[in-house]
Amino acid sequence: MMSDPSQLQLAPNGELRHFLTTEGLSKELLESILTKASGFLDSKGDLIAKVPLLRGKSVVNLFFENSTRTRSTFELAATRLSADILNLDIQRSATSKGETLMDTLWNLEAMHADMFVVRHADSGAAHFIAEHVTPNVAIINAGDGRHAHPTQAMLDMLTIQRHKQGIEGKVVAIVGDILHSRVARSQIHALKTLGAAEVRVVGPATLLPKDIEDLGAKAYYDFSLALRDCDVVIMLRLQKERMQNALLPSESEFFRLYGLTSEKLALAKPDAIVMHPGPINRGVEIESAVADGPQSVILKQVGYGIAVRMAVMAMAMSGQRTNQAGPEAPQ
Amino acid sequence: MTLPDIKATCTTLAQQLKQHICDNQIDNPIVVGIHTGGVWVAQHLIDEFELPGPLYSVDISFYRDDFNQKGLNPKVQGSSLPDTIEGRDLILIDDVIMSGRTVRAAINELFDYGRPSSITLACLLDVGQRQLPFQPDACGARLALEANQRIKVKGPSPLSLYLKNSDTES
Repeated sequence: MMSDPSQLQLAPNGELRHFLTTEGLSKELLESILTKASGFLDSKGDLIAKVPLLRGKSVVNLFFENSTRTRSTFELAATRLSADILNLDIQRSATSKGETLMDTLWNLEAMHADMFVVRHADSGAAHFIAEHVTPNVAIINAGDGRHAHPTQAMLDMLTIQRHKQGIEGKVVAIVGDILHSRVARSQIHALKTLGAAEVRVVGPATLLPKDIEDLGAKAYYDFSLALRDCDVVIMLRLQKERMQNALLPSESEFFRLYGLTSEKLALAKPDAIVMHPGPINRGVEIESAVADGPQSVILKQVGYGIAVRMAVMAMAMSGQRTNQAGPEAPQ
Repeated sequence: MTLPDIKATCTTLAQQLKQHICDNQIDNPIVVGIHTGGVWVAQHLIDEFELPGPLYSVDISFYRDDFNQKGLNPKVQGSSLPDTIEGRDLILIDDVIMSGRTVRAAINELFDYGRPSSITLACLLDVGQRQLPFQPDACGARLALEANQRIKVKGPSPLSLYLKNSDTES
């Protein structure tokens, strides 16, 4: 049986040492991730210059599932922290030759890697690796199955914090394929912990899991109703393969009911912001006029994603150090 | 040991700094305080001793050299610097100089923003025990501490000094 992930990812002194899920982490810790991420941004919200924080550390991008975008932002984050980064095309190498996951990992550890950034199609993969990895090696979950995508959720929190002056008391709608979305799950946990007034999940019944309200979110099948009084509208990407599994009638039908158009957006608060984890399907879940409109912060999210990943990598590396004495500044 | 009078110490620092600026014909400098104590001291010099503002700040958390021993500073505040410091004269202000490692980190960070024409270092207190070759150009007071003592500045306003006994390394 697997250990409690919220405990596994914390060092004995409460510092983050792996980042596997937003579930079970304290408000204080999530806020500390946001504060540190903000430290990597200047007053205009742009990334600051490269810092020497993780010089001499080796980060390995371990992507068992394709994702050029997420992999690139982790690569940029590691580079800006002055770490050495190795991208492993794991799909085409070790596993296809029959090596087991643990054998692959032990081999990489023998190369003195300090951190693995893991993306895997199976839920719980990052957790499994964190349980079996050698002490002092940090694991960052870059998305596992339908389970969690915590860095994406935290970059969304940073976006809301910076564009809506905080998360507390905000009404947030998450729209689209909730069933298959690891992003939605991580967002709901983070939003609830950080004090959002209401988290609404919106989509057709076939794409809303039955137990979603157990997480503290409110399910809506009617998009117009869900948009009322919203401060933040987060659109999720609709994966085309869902169409083939007969979960949806057609793209055009989905767009008619759950696509975000200017008319629909007018039902939310006038200063509501529109977010999307990307890549966007124009005309499927979002209209171009909205995606490129003044309320959209979609491109801002990308830069914040690098800052959040820098923060999480620095914190996990800090939590892994052998000497756990409290930090005190030198004079 | 008796702590020096804060008012007299600030006055000495301001006088020495003004003298240095005058002697070196520094015109239109950029004042940068090191978080957190250095920012308080710099603000005090601007408010009470007509040091030219606005006040900028550096947070050296991401530039420290003891990450492997002490980890990430839990209180990161971020730096606030002008768009460019290229060719400008900087006045770098800290509360206490001891090992010199903070100053090293701050100067490294400043150079990531450009190549200043000069950097003047002003510290409220110099407690010796240097590990790196940095000496302040202006200093409010010099004092010798016992091995287990640390001196801290409390602020932002009014500024005060207090002694802390610690067995941690410098």
